[in-house]
Amino acid sequence: MIKDQYILGIETSCDETAVAIIKNGREIAANVVASQIESHKRFGGVVPEIASRHHVEQMTIVIQEALNQADLTFAEIDAIAVTEGPGLVGALLIGVNAAKALAFAHNIPLVPVHHIAGHIYANRLVTEMKFPLLALVVSGGHTELVYMKEHGHFEVIGETRDDAAGEAYDKVARTLNMPYPGGPHIDRLAHEGSPTIDLPRAWLEEGSYDFSFSGLKSAVINTVHNAEQRGETIAPEDLAASFQASVIEVLVKKTERAVAEYGVKQLLVAGGVAANKGLRSALEKTFSEKTDLELVIPPLSLCTDNAAMIAAAGSIMFEKGIRAGLSLNANPGLDIEIYND
Amino acid sequence: MTILAIDTSNYALGVSLLEENQVLGEYITNLKKNHSVRIMPAIQTLMKDCERVPGDLTKIVVAKGPGSYTGVRIGVTIAKTLAWTLNIPLVGISSLETLASGAGRYFDGFVSPLFDARRGQVYTGLYQFENGQLSVVEQDQLVMAVDWAAKLAEMTKPILFVGNDLPIHQSKLEEVVGPKAFFASITEHNPRPSELALLGRNKDGEDVHTFVPNYIRLAEAEAKWLEAKGKNSNG
Ligand SMILES: [Zn+2]
Repeated sequence: MIKDQYILGIETSCDETAVAIIKNGREIAANVVASQIESHKRFGGVVPEIASRHHVEQMTIVIQEALNQADLTFAEIDAIAVTEGPGLVGALLIGVNAAKALAFAHNIPLVPVHHIAGHIYANRLVTEMKFPLLALVVSGGHTELVYMKEHGHFEVIGETRDDAAGEAYDKVARTLNMPYPGGPHIDRLAHEGSPTIDLPRAWLEEGSYDFSFSGLKSAVINTVHNAEQRGETIAPEDLAASFQASVIEVLVKKTERAVAEYGVKQLLVAGGVAANKGLRSALEKTFSEKTDLELVIPPLSLCTDNAAMIAAAGSIMFEKGIRAGLSLNANPGLDIEIYND
Repeated sequence: MTILAIDTSNYALGVSLLEENQVLGEYITNLKKNHSVRIMPAIQTLMKDCERVPGDLTKIVVAKGPGSYTGVRIGVTIAKTLAWTLNIPLVGISSLETLASGAGRYFDGFVSPLFDARRGQVYTGLYQFENGQLSVVEQDQLVMAVDWAAKLAEMTKPILFVGNDLPIHQSKLEEVVGPKAFFASITEHNPRPSELALLGRNKDGEDVHTFVPNYIRLAEAEAKWLEAKGKNSNG
């Protein structure tokens, strides 16, 4: 009989203190997330120092909760997987140091995980991955197209050159006087309006899979500003719908082109913006009829930051023999391709 | 009884193992290097050299601040996690008290340990040894060095200043406090992790989950938010 593998994952890269335990790489035994969003709302965004302070307050509580949920002890844990980066350095440091203390105390292997690799592997908790595959990663900090020829191997074929999609959402929401975080508000509002306002689409140079959303963001701000100067009012729901239409069209078209060029079997969607209803339905419309391609969009709880995804990615990295020593540091600018062979 | 003491609250990085009535081992550096990279390997090396394993530990003592926010959090996170997962007591001790304890034991007067806090400010407090026991005269605080010096100038007892950041403030302290001001030797400026262990030896453990660093200061964003909130509710 083969022994079950249990990986305990820790994620503290931004404003969620999260710990999870994953069985055999695909089964959630525990998934605990302590969100700080209520605390950061009053500042209109995540304040790094406040985030770090909350992580210290929550860390051991959340680890304990995860072990309780899974009804396991450290004697049964095969490895500790932790987000090494990217993210807020002070926030990452809490998870990294807690993970190192646990690995040392129980003499368990320590596995470093890239946050975006985690987001991609959230999909493996939904269905088995089929290679080659393409992952569209859209979150507050990232907009990337990642090609994977096999487990644990990541090739970034396109990324944002300025703002991430989620960032653009938050900034546009602020322009429309909506509370933080703005993404869900824009998404909701967009469904009440129509895309009647002409906004730019940044295709960049021919054949590029890169993204750029700062021009779009500025166009939205200018539209509001110019209307104000003329004493006109713009229906915020139409502006939201027009903005969302621009973002989604660029994301979907570039993804569609990459799917065809790379001949992938699966398209995985990852990151907090994958919760966006407009994006979900556009992706479903574009890809669900393609019989040679499987579209996977994880449930909301696995799209936003969590540790189940870190443990799921950690499971593969553990099997690949990737280990960190006790000198592991937080790396806010970590490259996802670092652990490729 | 085997106590592991950890201090990463300021530039000095310290680890010690104290067992019964002796210091088994102690590691200190005073370098502007990354504590997150070096502290766990330092703990591992010290314990290995002393032939102790994590399961031997009976208590964790940690320097809980004041100091660098990030530095304090690294030590506190490791201390909390170790204490919780090994199911042993956790004791937090002031980083300043640790410094005072090392330098002031045989000094007849007050001890003012200090860390520079930039823009003319210092983290400091006032301590005193009486019959071998260290007591607090003035609580740890963040204060302008000149204001602190003026306050100490009024005191009747001699004052011993200690800390690696003294060169930044020494001339001002000398000038204002006058001949009552004494300055510790450079060999006493690093907080000793064995002193930290000793200070925590007979203290009861605290609740591990709710244990937090003593930052002294609110985060800047929070202080501004409270200020704005206060203004709004006043008018
Ligand atoms: Zn994320």
